[in-house]
Amino acid sequence: MSAQPLPVVPYLKIPEDGEPYLEGQKCGNCGATFLGERSVCSKCGARDQMSAVTLPNKGELYAYSIVHRSFPGIEVPYVSAVVDLEDGTAIKGNLIDVEPDPEKIPFGMPVEVVFDDALGRKDKDGNSYLSYFFKPAS
Amino acid sequence: MTDAYIVGVDMIKFGRFPDRTVPNIGAEAALLALDDCGLTIQDMQALYCGNLGQASGMVGQRLLQEIGQTGIPVVNVANACATGATAFREGWAAIKAGLYDLVLCVGVEQMGKGLLGGAGGGTGIPKEGLLGSGTMPAVFAEAGMEHTRKYGTTFEQFAKVSVKNHHHSTLNPKAMYQIETPLDVVMNAEMISYPNTKLMCSVNVDGSAAAVIASEKKAKELGLMDRAVKVRASVMSSDPWQERDLVMPDVNSCTRKAAREAYEMAGIGPDDIDLVELHDCFATAEILHYENLGLCGDGEAGQFIDSGASALGGKCPVNVSGGLLSKGHPLGATGIANIYEVSTHLRGEAGQRQVEGAKLGMTHVIGLGSACGIHILEKV
Ligand SMILES: [Zn+2]
Repeated sequence: MSAQPLPVVPYLKIPEDGEPYLEGQKCGNCGATFLGERSVCSKCGARDQMSAVTLPNKGELYAYSIVHRSFPGIEVPYVSAVVDLEDGTAIKGNLIDVEPDPEKIPFGMPVEVVFDDALGRKDKDGNSYLSYFFKPAS
Repeated sequence: MTDAYIVGVDMIKFGRFPDRTVPNIGAEAALLALDDCGLTIQDMQALYCGNLGQASGMVGQRLLQEIGQTGIPVVNVANACATGATAFREGWAAIKAGLYDLVLCVGVEQMGKGLLGGAGGGTGIPKEGLLGSGTMPAVFAEAGMEHTRKYGTTFEQFAKVSVKNHHHSTLNPKAMYQIETPLDVVMNAEMISYPNTKLMCSVNVDGSAAAVIASEKKAKELGLMDRAVKVRASVMSSDPWQERDLVMPDVNSCTRKAAREAYEMAGIGPDDIDLVELHDCFATAEILHYENLGLCGDGEAGQFIDSGASALGGKCPVNVSGGLLSKGHPLGATGIANIYEVSTHLRGEAGQRQVEGAKLGMTHVIGLGSACGIHILEKV
């Protein structure tokens, strides 16, 4: 079992010293950004033009759904959100610290990416995980 | 290149058949389609069989074990919710290529109940409800909310799609449900993923549908042209790159691409279409596809449903069968079931729900991932 929490997805980076951050891959040919490792750009097809970039922690709410029924054991309601980060990268996650009411969740709302424990979920070896969430920008 | 004609087509009444096997459910539709044109399995030169749940289970061959093992080539097809349309298109392509004169295409599915989808798999911990939701109702809710963001489409407008399709299915004896669901009932049903309530989600059912496709020469030779339905266009697409692809499965750009190519292949435009069976897996999706298929302009879909244009009797009736929302959505069967529906109207045999004077119809399915299949059919 790891003493430190593990990243919930490979593109969440946890440096030994410093703050966690999200890492994207940027195509040197067309500029498209992606979450996760890849060697070929699925927008333009360029090979071996990808380089790692640190994704911004600020963005805006693009679209969302308020989920009232999910799989057994998953706490509802929660807000499943698609966020456009400031550099244009789209990312999906839970929007927290909002009322689950469409009247209270405006499109385009500025949000920030925050990092926290993965809702207490542990893997079969008992490891804890660090996840990312969106919350209204203060 | 020969024209291809649907000479026999049928579906079983959708329902729940937990005690039957997948090939057995498929065999029933296969026999119905053969009976529809008075042919037998001995006349068929190839079988294209669509099924998702047992994609590695040689469903087509096991189906032949139930209706006649003639030794013909069998191609088993899986392509998410576009599975049935893909099987049909493979048969169409073989006829067009001159490889065969008569082929059988079957789509079949046996479904469990419950939610489909789920966010992220793989190692570590479950991601559902942690990194958003990957359930199908949520994914299509988000796609609908994108439309709301752009055009102000309301929860009520999405709900009206369900009211309409449930009403249509009261006229379709082969639909799973024949129950009127007024607007307040739809909107007050259990909220699954806002803005999709339970009555705005397609029904998981078991079902099958089948079609016999013939070359022009063979259809004429057999005297089957009277009820034959010409395949004017058959198009498939996958999802072209879009900036939010990785987090928002895209049902729009692949539909737009396939629709554009289908109209071009048929040499017609959206105004020529008399009825459409489109992929209303969720009420939100139908709204998007009005625009994707060019039935109305961008931003006009809310007004399109409000005006009654897509209801039976309207300018372009959509999902007169009841659609996936009420007829039911047996994934692998859906793409051929909607071909059955449109063909039945073109033949003037749709009874109470008949779209009067229908000459040209369109079918559309989307398999998330994504695969889009569009067919344009014409009564000759
Ligand atoms: Zn590129």
